[in-house]
Amino acid sequence: MSETILSLDDVHVSFDSLNGKVHAVRGVSFDLHYGETLALVGESGSGKSVTCRSIIRLLSKNASIDDGSILYEGKNILAKSQREMRSIRGKEISIIFQDPMTSLNPTMRVSKQIALPMIHHLHLSKHEAMKRAIELLKRVGIPNSEVRYKDYPHQFSGGQRQRIVIAIALACNPKLLIADEPTTALDVTIQAQIIELMKDIQKKNGTSIIFITHDLGVVAKVADRVAVMYAGKIVEIGTAEEIFYLPQHPYTWGLLQSVPTADEADEELYAIPGAPPDLIHPSKGDAFYSRNPYALEADRYYEPPYFQLSPTHFAATWLLDERAPKVEPPPSIQRRYATFYKKHGGKP
Amino acid sequence: MSDQNVLLQVKGLKKFFSREQKGEIRAVNNINFDIVEGETLGLVGESGCGKTTTGRCIVKLYHPTNGEIIFDGKDIARIRSKRDQLEFCRNVQMIFQDPYASLDPKKKVQDIIGEGIDVHHLAKSREDRNHQIRGLLATVGLNPEHAGRYPHEFSGGQRQRIGIARALAVKPKLIVCDEPISALDVSIQAQVVNLLKKLQKERNLTYLFIAHDLSMVKYISDRIAVMYRGVIVELGDTDELYHYPIHRYTKSLLSAIPHADPYKEINRSRIIYQFHEGDLNGELHEIGKGHFVLSQDNQVEAYKEQLKNEKKN
Repeated sequence: MSETILSLDDVHVSFDSLNGKVHAVRGVSFDLHYGETLALVGESGSGKSVTCRSIIRLLSKNASIDDGSILYEGKNILAKSQREMRSIRGKEISIIFQDPMTSLNPTMRVSKQIALPMIHHLHLSKHEAMKRAIELLKRVGIPNSEVRYKDYPHQFSGGQRQRIVIAIALACNPKLLIADEPTTALDVTIQAQIIELMKDIQKKNGTSIIFITHDLGVVAKVADRVAVMYAGKIVEIGTAEEIFYLPQHPYTWGLLQSVPTADEADEELYAIPGAPPDLIHPSKGDAFYSRNPYALEADRYYEPPYFQLSPTHFAATWLLDERAPKVEPPPSIQRRYATFYKKHGGKP
Repeated sequence: MSDQNVLLQVKGLKKFFSREQKGEIRAVNNINFDIVEGETLGLVGESGCGKTTTGRCIVKLYHPTNGEIIFDGKDIARIRSKRDQLEFCRNVQMIFQDPYASLDPKKKVQDIIGEGIDVHHLAKSREDRNHQIRGLLATVGLNPEHAGRYPHEFSGGQRQRIGIARALAVKPKLIVCDEPISALDVSIQAQVVNLLKKLQKERNLTYLFIAHDLSMVKYISDRIAVMYRGVIVELGDTDELYHYPIHRYTKSLLSAIPHADPYKEINRSRIIYQFHEGDLNGELHEIGKGHFVLSQDNQVEAYKEQLKNEKKN
């Protein structure tokens, strides 16, 4: 497929720890197309960040990618040496981390931090790179960039720092941008600005984006497609419309219900019971079994396969099996179904 | 509001921090509000607007530069005797934002929770103390068997529950919750918010709920105050404020919240607030029942008219 920029197939990642092997990612597969935004959602520890870090091979020393393949523009990322990776990182694939203070060097002027990747990857002269750096600062919306390019990170506010991180990430016009919770540490107004900035850049450069977040409001705003992760697996993947209005997996239901909506009355907010599972000894069946109010006996012993609902929509839950009993989704999810069918017609 | 018991009154509160050479930062600049017994007042605004400073002044972690804070009829700045100070500390508790930094890593959970019980002599005997601690752990949804564990053995959401149990241990009247959920995952946020709501109902607690996550604030608060640059720009009942925001800053803040609803997100545009010098002059004026907006005397009528018109549509 020519339009696929990145393709993950059955990726397994584990970490060695004192208590045993932690299976953080347990068979993740997805394709990313040129110019689209895929959102990865799920709670902490579901493997979102680890999946993304394995794409750019920035995992800690105790981690290993045990199985699977990651193809970037048809090339196998996992077969590359660290040296080859260095020429890809920052040039072809860039990453933005959550905390702008720890991803910037506090002792280096921001202009230099933006210029370095251009000098290294694009072989620009220092002078040329500096000029481009100032332009980039202007483009990400730093006021007075002709003066401020000489400043150090601590002289900027949190939102401005994140803009600088974005400027660094964009310095070499990467084809793929991985944003790991880029707005979680920021205020809502700043968050909205950063998201608008990223969308704008995507429109102009045709960048593909993987956006990691646990905020479903942000997902609704940015994503073309959404992958919901739980315990190191994608439990449901589909277009944003399918995930928000036709969700099938009980975990997706739980996530959507735990967000307060604008027009809901004062009913009790739904909280997914219990805590995320232990990934040192992952269960044999569905990892969500113990927290799932809709769990079937089959979930306990057998891992559910992906059931296909549309060309783009897949969900891993036994509820979709033809032998499963019919289950009524919770009322607020049924309201979401109704919204969908009202818009598109079809079965109620 | 006259028939209800006002638990906390903040009058003309100011807190300035002085910086060497650079002049002072007016973190909180003349704010006024009341909290009625049993209600939750949400305090929202972007970082640096002074909401945390306000909370810290109320629990006496900061000494205000000016103004009065009256708790239960008494000016807290005039508390002199040790006994009254202890009494105040027992009545006003705080839950902090970061569940990792706010628990002593070297103490067992039972001692973190038990500290308040010891200080205020709330337990008759050792068994009574243990009994109370176990009860508190059960109340906040933790396993009482884990009283002997250390904080690092718990997850973020569980630690925040420990923080809540610690606050509850001394049976306070008012709890200042300083962004208690912003460090937590969405699904865990819902658990903690539901717990806080349940406890409020059972124990008639009063909350000052400080946050920047506006969707959760809406869910837990009876009334909301919006802060900007050290002043309150708008204050009103939660539903009213969400449906009929009047101040331009409140409008922009509300329009920045993303909704988990792509159909709505496509058509929604964000209102951008441009700050002008002089925007923050004036005082809070009541423009509708219980709905206050920061305005100058000559703006009040226009705001009243605006509110009426918006409610009609």
